[in-house]
Amino acid sequence: MSEPLSSSRAEPILEVRDLVKHFPVRVGVLFKHTIGQVRAVDGVSFDLHRGETLGVVGESGCGKSTLAQVLMRLEPPTAGTVRFAGRDIFALRGGELRRLRRSVQIVLQDPYTSLNPRMTVGDIVGEPFEIHPEVAPKGSRRTKVRELLDVVGLNPEHINRYPHQFSGGQRQRIGIARALALRPDVIVCDEPVSALDVSIQAQVMNLLGELQSEFGLSYVFIAHDLSVVRHLSDRVAVMYLGKIVEVGTEEQIYSNPMHPYTQALLSAVPVADPTVRGQRQVIRLEGDVPSPVDPPSGCRFRTRCWKAQEICAESEPELVTRGAGHPSACHFAEERSVVP
Amino acid sequence: MTDMTTEPGLLPDPPLLEVDNLFVEFRTGDGVARVLNGVSYSVDAGETLAVLGESGSGKSVTALAIMGILDVPPAVVTGGEIRFRGENLLAVSEQRRTEVRAQGVAMIFQDALSALNPVFTVGFQIEEQLRVRLGMTRREARVRAVELLDVVRIPHASRRVRQYPHEFSGGMRQRAMIAMSLALDPEVLIADEPTTALDVTVQAQIMDLLAEIQTERRMGLVLITHDLGVVAEVADRIAVMYAGRIVEHADAVSLYRMPGHPYTAALMDSLPRLDRKGGELNTIKGLPPSLLNIPPGCPFHPRCLMAQDLCRTDVPTGHRLGLGRTSACHFAEELVRSV
Repeated sequence: MSEPLSSSRAEPILEVRDLVKHFPVRVGVLFKHTIGQVRAVDGVSFDLHRGETLGVVGESGCGKSTLAQVLMRLEPPTAGTVRFAGRDIFALRGGELRRLRRSVQIVLQDPYTSLNPRMTVGDIVGEPFEIHPEVAPKGSRRTKVRELLDVVGLNPEHINRYPHQFSGGQRQRIGIARALALRPDVIVCDEPVSALDVSIQAQVMNLLGELQSEFGLSYVFIAHDLSVVRHLSDRVAVMYLGKIVEVGTEEQIYSNPMHPYTQALLSAVPVADPTVRGQRQVIRLEGDVPSPVDPPSGCRFRTRCWKAQEICAESEPELVTRGAGHPSACHFAEERSVVP
Repeated sequence: MTDMTTEPGLLPDPPLLEVDNLFVEFRTGDGVARVLNGVSYSVDAGETLAVLGESGSGKSVTALAIMGILDVPPAVVTGGEIRFRGENLLAVSEQRRTEVRAQGVAMIFQDALSALNPVFTVGFQIEEQLRVRLGMTRREARVRAVELLDVVRIPHASRRVRQYPHEFSGGMRQRAMIAMSLALDPEVLIADEPTTALDVTVQAQIMDLLAEIQTERRMGLVLITHDLGVVAEVADRIAVMYAGRIVEHADAVSLYRMPGHPYTAALMDSLPRLDRKGGELNTIKGLPPSLLNIPPGCPFHPRCLMAQDLCRTDVPTGHRLGLGRTSACHFAEELVRSV
């Protein structure tokens, strides 16, 4: 595996190398046996720098949410390493692990199911302090929670309300306040705006941007909406069937995509301008994403790719820079502009 | 409000499907939610009308009212008419309604998995209506079902017809739903967020398919969506909904070039772009109003940057902007001129 693209800034806060997460497929009731593996994440490497946003895009089933789970150490990896500030997160125990938990937080997709309906907003946002009392001594917690509510644009007076008294966008702000409580360095955002209406989505995206510059946060921003990802990301990784197929700066990925899958993905996004209707070249992909239990040999995209040749079935293309440009995992990588 | 698309003095054939000044309330324990407050739109054969709006704007409720599948109670239709070929569907017998629902207007839903019955095969669900409505035998219906799955380009249709919905991928399920809605050759198809649950590459396939089928059969298509991109790709005309009203009605090109309502304009400004990395996004401050308590005057005025005293007291009605456009904004003319 080659080194992924690194920007010139100081050493990365998060280093992910050859990360693999397989889930066993079991059958049988009494005598369970494993008949295969879902290769949800299958060899992913990237760096995340301080204050940077790495966007991760891909379609459902490409492994982006599993990646988030493993980065949070909610799931053990099958293989590979994740280093946070130079230390392997899967080797941490006890107090060190608790410090890691403080430093890496997550914002989840669905603000309707990710907040406990029986807890007040104050309890939800203040709960991290119960687990990490060193961050805020008991007497100061209410004040801290009020400050956090204010930071995310909620009325601090609403501290005693319950989640159902808030709209979707406000609930997502509560989730963001909770993630901020322990002053993390990294926030993994797993589809944070995809459940929100357009007008509310813009509010939450602006908030995420403001918080990043105010607190120097690094984001791993996972989403399927390509416009949303471009808006917030410095660098973007495109995933397909458990692998990163292309990674580069936001400008490189959107203006000069190299991998056929990235090109197809970008060209399929409808453009909000009826005057270009029928004039855009849209790359139509046939069929569906193959099953991650039994991915195609060689290049995983070859079954839907219009460039596929024999070599694509035989050897797996590495994620490397070919000639000019940025890393992409395609034997026939070639720049092509598809966004009008 | 009357129908905006008909020129006065002219009495052409009535539109294929017409919603005229429709009012719907939900009578709930918390009070009366005024979900639709005088919605009017129409669609003709071969035409695509996009109904654009955010959650709670009433776009799906209008569709359910057209289909006659609102949950009554709590929903009550308190005014207006829904006409199919000039016949008011709100006044006809349940039997006639069922006929229209079968052969006149069909509907497909956002979530194909929950719209399909998990305990019957896809084939059975398509065949059921053919047997009941057209009196086909099982064998005839099976042949027709396979043809229909072919039309929506499901590979290996003769094998797929015997499978259950859970054996289909998301895109395939939506195709199966489209096949089912086409079974009785409807004249109007209402598609309620048909691609929202799908990935972008699959969305492109499904939208292509819908457009193709529509052109071939000269169907009227009512596309309900919140996605400004999808609308721009397929719509002939667009009705923008907010708080149970149509706030703007225009052809696609002029609506995108110069929105005639501040809500439409703000919505377009708050979209992140694919072609460049923008700075801060413009947002619409605040939230859509609670339908239990819609503000007086223009329902958008608490969030509107152009709002004046007039907007707080008087409900704006259709301001004509030429080219068949209307806008429910007191200052629509100024807004369009300023672009």
